[in-house]
This record gives sequence, structure tokens and C-alpha cells, in this order.
Amino acid sequence: MAGYYEGLFILVGINIIAVIGVSILTGFTRLFSFGNAGFMAIGAYTGAIISTKVHAPLVVSIIGGMIIAGFIAFLLGKITLGLKGDYFLIATLGFGESVRVIIENLQKITGGARGYTGIPMKTDLLVVLISVVIAIFIAWNLLHSKIGRNFQAIREQEVAADAIGIDTAKYKNIAFIISAMYAAWAGVLWAHFYSLIVPSMFNLGKSSELTITVVIGGLGSLTGSIIATTILTLLPELARAAAEYRMLAYGVAVVLIITLRPSGLMGYREFSLKGTIAWVKALFSKKTSKIRKEDA
Amino acid sequence: MIWQQIVNGISVGSIYALMATGYALIYSLLGFSNWAHGDIAMVGAYIGFFSVATMHLPWWASLILALLGAGLLSLLSERLAYRRIRQNNSPTMFLMIAAMGLSVALQNFVLVTVGSKFKTYPQILAVKAIQIGDTYIGLIDLISLCITIVVIGILFYLIEKTKFGLAVKSAATNMQVASLLGINVDKYISLVFLLAGSLAGLSGVFLGMKYTVYPQLGNFALKAFIASVFGGLGSVPGAIVGALFIGLMEVFVAGYISSGLRDFFTFALLIGVLVIRPTGLFGKDIQDKA
Repeated sequence: MAGYYEGLFILVGINIIAVIGVSILTGFTRLFSFGNAGFMAIGAYTGAIISTKVHAPLVVSIIGGMIIAGFIAFLLGKITLGLKGDYFLIATLGFGESVRVIIENLQKITGGARGYTGIPMKTDLLVVLISVVIAIFIAWNLLHSKIGRNFQAIREQEVAADAIGIDTAKYKNIAFIISAMYAAWAGVLWAHFYSLIVPSMFNLGKSSELTITVVIGGLGSLTGSIIATTILTLLPELARAAAEYRMLAYGVAVVLIITLRPSGLMGYREFSLKGTIAWVKALFSKKTSKIRKEDA
Repeated sequence: MIWQQIVNGISVGSIYALMATGYALIYSLLGFSNWAHGDIAMVGAYIGFFSVATMHLPWWASLILALLGAGLLSLLSERLAYRRIRQNNSPTMFLMIAAMGLSVALQNFVLVTVGSKFKTYPQILAVKAIQIGDTYIGLIDLISLCITIVVIGILFYLIEKTKFGLAVKSAATNMQVASLLGINVDKYISLVFLLAGSLAGLSGVFLGMKYTVYPQLGNFALKAFIASVFGGLGSVPGAIVGALFIGLMEVFVAGYISSGLRDFFTFALLIGVLVIRPTGLFGKDIQDKA
């Protein structure tokens, strides 16, 4: 069953890359988008076409998909990021659904609703592992740089961020482009893992699933998002009987988290080994001090 | 031929209008789009279906049952989720995320309890068509259109002529001032959710009768939502005009251009409106959306 577990880990890796993109956008910049599945689709189809028509190596497909998705995000962001919260969300929703409908109607290039077949299965464990490491490395450094701090300033108070001289329009667009490129990256890997892609894979449900994962992991925690992705991808596989109730549980979890503990699993904190050890120590010292008191 | 298309367009558009007004009412008060609205309509459709098919109630009784059920569900969602988020002073984005979660939960709840099978309403009304000149109007379409017109008339009466409407309008203008002036804002928000949910339930039954009932029926609400954006978020008359326009546009695109491109045109309209005139046809409150 090595193949099964390998496939499972590849799936976790692909989801992590897509979720990191949403985490940067929603968790750190507080832009809520329903279009990320659309960018995944753009990445997947671009990558698939590059691989099958030009027979280029996977790296070229990934970079090609990311560039196209990033460019489209740049244009879309330019038009729509001037709009406030709700309106931006609606625009991305319209975008995501249009991408799907366009792919379904471009029969000659994309194979229409029946899907694009014959993509070489180049996504293996090693490729995904390297991708995930690079993806996390870039995201972590980005979020701890000036750009990342500007994102968080926009998240906390957009007007104030504007007032202290942050070009909010520019940084919102940067966040949007980066999240689109991550989505495309995941899309290309996805296409080369399944070897068959269908437009309905990249529907509104996929976009919601990505956002749900970020909310559960914690809006504003990269490690939280990664942990949540791992748990949410593995859980339905480990508990097959409960797989049916997966989306129901996700929906309920999101409503509960957002009403009761809006910071999610990790809140604004990041997972760190030091912090965990300190936390465990504090837990134990409390217990031992209690015991000592009882002894005395 | 062209008259037939117009009749069809209005009949679809009027169902969209029932849902779109709900979006507009809730947006005008809380400033967020209730994504779960379509799924509440879907639950209404199922309530209507079961009360006709298994409880063998007459069609008007099941209509009322669906209306009440969906209204109560909508009220419950406000009480349990949205109110708490408002009291936490969380950003509006959290309301949208909660609504998205609720939408996913409702859809999948129905999926695991009832199943994914398409259900067809039993023939409660004879499938007859009335002929005027060379256009045909289905009996179900005609009845749903009449009920829709009456319901929207009642809605306008409520908003324009009663104390309820005055309170809702004042809360929509400025919630804090309204509550300072002694209006129990929470109560009126609950009532608006009840009202919007009932309208959604009604539209759900009509959709179910016209097509079939299935867990993803709520996706129809996307069109209604686009209609309310087109008409101007938060504006009830705008939502109705937008819904009729989208209903007609869909029928004409499907009839004269290509049925595959129908949805594309609707989404393109959405993006076009957002880019050119985000306030829509009758939108107000421009500062917030510029």
C-alpha cells in the first residue's frame, strides 16, 4: 500500500501550497476571495498544455502556469481591488465561475467539460516535497519582511495603513498576485498528479474549501494553516466511514469558530518548537507545584 | 417567438426577484451578503416537497409550511451566528465567512440526510398551458408569477407604509442613531431575517416545482445575488428590476446566442457592473463602496 500513502502525502502537499496562497490573502491581508479555484484551474490547464504540447519539463510548466495566473491576477486586481470587501469578493466569485465556464466552452483547446486527458504523471513525492519546502520558505520570509508587515498593517486597519504611507492598493495587489501564483502552482502539480483535469474540479466548492481550511487553522497563522490542511486532508482518509460527513463538519466548524473563537486554531501565533516546549513545561510545573502544595 | 421568450424570461426573473429582495434587505441592514440565503431557499424547497409528497398536504398548505420553515431557519441563523459576530465587533468579513460556512453546512446536511437524488414535485397542478395569441404560459408559471407579484406588493407596503418599514429604513441609514432613538435594532434585524427567509422559501418551492429539488438548488441564488448587485446592493426595487433583467437576458442569450454561454454572460455582467458602476442601478451609500 506504499502507493496509497504516497498519494495521500502528495495530496496534502498540493493542498498546503494552495492554502498558503489563501492564508497570505485572507489571513494576513484580510481580503476574502472566491476566485482561487479559478487560478488553480488556470495553472492546471496552462501547465497541462505546456507539458503535452511542448513536452517541457515540469519546472517549466509550473513557472509558466504561475506567470500566466499572476499576470491575470495583476489585471483583475487592478480593476477590482479598488472595491471594498463585499464587492471584491463578488468580483472574484464572478471571475472564478467565468474561468470555469470559459474552459468548458473552449472545446478545441481545453477539451471542454469532458476534461483534458493524457497529462504526464510527473508529480511524485520528491517533487511535492521540494515544492512544499520552497513554498513555505518563500511565504515565511515574505511574511516576515517589509511586504509582509505591510500586509498585516492593511489587515488591522486599512485607513491607518494608508495614513502612515503604505501604498495599500499596491500591496493588496501584490498579495492577490502571490496568492494566485500559489494557487496556480498547486494547480499544475494537481494536473500532473491526476493526469486528467475537469473544469468542475475547480468550482466554487474548491474555493470555499481553501478558505475554510485557513479559517480553521487561524486567520493570520501560516503554520496554523499548514497544520489544518494536513489534518483536514488526512482525517477523511483515516476515518472513511465519516468521510460522508466531512463537508458538513467543515461548515459547522467554520460557523462555530468564527462566532466563538474567531482567531481559529492558532490565532495570530505561529507554531514553534521552543514555544511548545515552554508550554509543556509550564503545564507540568503547574501540576508539580500542585502536588507539592498537597504534600505540604 | 419573441413574446414567448419574454414570457419565459419574466417567469424566471420573478423567482429570482423573490430571492434578490432578501439579499437586498439583509445587505441594507448589516452590510454583508448572506451567502446562505440560497441554501435557505433550498431547504424551503425540500420542506415543500416533503409536505406534498409524503404528508399529502394541499399545495397551498405546503407553500405556507415551506415559507414558515425557511423563515424560521433564517431567523435561527441570525440568532445563533450573525448576532454573536456583530456583538464581538468582528469585521464584516467574518459575517461573510460565517455565511459561507452555513451554506456549506446546510447543503451537506441535506446531502447526508436526504441524499443527492433529484426529486420531482408530484403533479399538484395540472400541467396546462394557457394560450394567448401564439405564446403559451404554463399554469405553474402563471400562479407563481401572480403569487410573486402579490408578495412583492405586500413587501412594498410593509416597507413604505408601516412602522416596521420605517424602523428598518432608519436602522439601515444608521444603526447606532436608530438604536439611540429607541428602536430595538436587534428585534428588527431578526424580523428582516424572518421575512427574507420566508421569501427565499417561497422562491425555493417555485424553483422546485419548475425544475427539480436537489441539494445544490441554492446555486440558483447566485443569479439572484448578481441581480441584487446589478440593481444596487441594499436596494429592494433595484433587486427586482435586476432580477427581471437577468431572467430576460438569460432566456435571450440561451435562445439566440448559445445556451452554454448563458452563465458566462451573467458573470460578465456582474464584473462589468462592478467595474463600471459598483453601486448598481439604484445603489446608494456610495462612500462605502467606492
